[in-house]
Amino acid sequence: MKSKNLYKYILGIADNSLILGQRMGELCGHGPSLETDIACTNISLDLFGQVRSYYQYAAKIAGDNRTEDDIAMLRKEREYVNVLLVEQPNTNFAYTMARQFLFDAYHLLFLQELEKSNDLTLSAIATKSIKEASYHQRFSSDWIKRLGDGTEESHQKMQEAINGLWTYTDELFHQTEADKAMVEQGVGVDVTKLKEVYYKQVGQILEGATLEIPESKWFQKGGKQGIHTEHLGYLLSDLQYMQRTYPNMSW
Amino acid sequence: MSEEQIKNLEAQFEARIARDEKIEPKDWMPEKYRKTHIRQMSQHAHSEVVGMLPEGNWITRAPSLRRKVALLAKIQDEAGHGLYLYSACETLGVSRDELYDQLHSGKAKYSSIFNYPTITWADMGAIGWLVDGAAIINQVPLCNTSYGPYARAMIRVCKEESFHQRQGYEIMIKLAQGTPEQKEMAQDALNRWWWPSLMMLGPTDDVSVHTAQSMKWKLKRKSNDDLRQQFIDQTVPQAELIGLTIPDSDLKWNEEKGSYDFGEIDWDEFWQVVKGHGPCNKERMNARVSAWEEGEWVRDAAMAYAEKQKERKEKQAV
Repeated sequence: MKSKNLYKYILGIADNSLILGQRMGELCGHGPSLETDIACTNISLDLFGQVRSYYQYAAKIAGDNRTEDDIAMLRKEREYVNVLLVEQPNTNFAYTMARQFLFDAYHLLFLQELEKSNDLTLSAIATKSIKEASYHQRFSSDWIKRLGDGTEESHQKMQEAINGLWTYTDELFHQTEADKAMVEQGVGVDVTKLKEVYYKQVGQILEGATLEIPESKWFQKGGKQGIHTEHLGYLLSDLQYMQRTYPNMSW
Repeated sequence: MSEEQIKNLEAQFEARIARDEKIEPKDWMPEKYRKTHIRQMSQHAHSEVVGMLPEGNWITRAPSLRRKVALLAKIQDEAGHGLYLYSACETLGVSRDELYDQLHSGKAKYSSIFNYPTITWADMGAIGWLVDGAAIINQVPLCNTSYGPYARAMIRVCKEESFHQRQGYEIMIKLAQGTPEQKEMAQDALNRWWWPSLMMLGPTDDVSVHTAQSMKWKLKRKSNDDLRQQFIDQTVPQAELIGLTIPDSDLKWNEEKGSYDFGEIDWDEFWQVVKGHGPCNKERMNARVSAWEEGEWVRDAAMAYAEKQKERKEKQAV
């Protein structure tokens, strides 16, 4: 392998989009309105588009004949390195939008930095993805406002979702060894530097939506080391079903 | 308005249609024309939306990223068609909520084909190839139908459907060229979807109730039996090309007629599914109704928020 750290670094980015894309894809045909249904499918589609670019690049770096699909669908549960936030289930529309919002705010900041990477492929993927992520962020922020400042019921549901998911936000800013190595080489993004502006931006939207910023200082972590919540295994059994049941076939 | 005046308007209206002029939302139209169009367009819109469910069933399990992306894009197109067609219905003075009510209460119909289950990946290929293929045959003539908003919607819908049909066929090609297991999966899907696809083109001409009036209004340009024959003649060579067998032992080329003879369609099955007793009628309706009911608080919140925003703006303006 040309660069183990680069490979790991790419998976760290791509797995987030893969797992969140999978979650958003689950909702197709079940949204609260046709318009939100289309939007959620579209977000899923954007994320999978990004995923393909990342894994194709990772496959090239790995140089061991594995394809984008092998990387996406044939790893063991402990080898997926997405953050815990994105694997959380679609409990209800408030949870879905809160999860999206808490990720989008990070994702956009991250991509804006990744665009400056001296790795031209990653920089190009970032440039393309920024357009999509800004749309996602606008969409999810709008729903935070609508549900937060809508009816009493929606306010309560959205507050519960934010409270429930808040514990997964800190992990977004943790660095792995591969991250550190890539930052040093000017390839990767120093996520620790995004934390302050992230919480500031998220806080502003939540306040505008009449929601309270959770005070809890207890955070969950582990996704980046492949130690996931119990939800991921089920998601993977869907994702991997065809590749596992019918190995080595072309579709 | 006197009876004579109405007759006069009706005569003018029919003359416009005969001249191939488009009828637009604000034009005068007979009540029956309006109602028939609401029925047909909403049925079409419902079919698009319910049709998202059997295909949505495979998004999380698509075998490759490329297939997953294509499937998502396809279903998104279907949702777009639904939106487009509901809007076209609204031009005739009926709201989307009313149309949903009709769907959820079982008053409105949708294409029966979506009451069959999608149990293997090959079903995604079969739906694109056969179901969208049959839909195109039904819909292309509608690009010239008399009601303007419907005709214009159909032009766009047909372009996308023809892309979906090719995509479905391409899934089948790949399976047919694959391992014996994949080929078997493709053949099995063809076996299950062939007859329901033929039924999709509607009851035979002798029992079809709406045909005559619809022909006059260009809501229909060919009879169900003609459309079905066209579909069969077009699809049989496509199956042969990829080495799949049409599950009809009576299927035979008829040199004299220049088309295929085919076996008896099981119309009892058709009516059973139409009347709500197909394999997935209940599941499809439950999915739509629960999406709607569970989404109520979300839609209420969006309305409440919009209302608050409006009030705030008005206060600022004062």
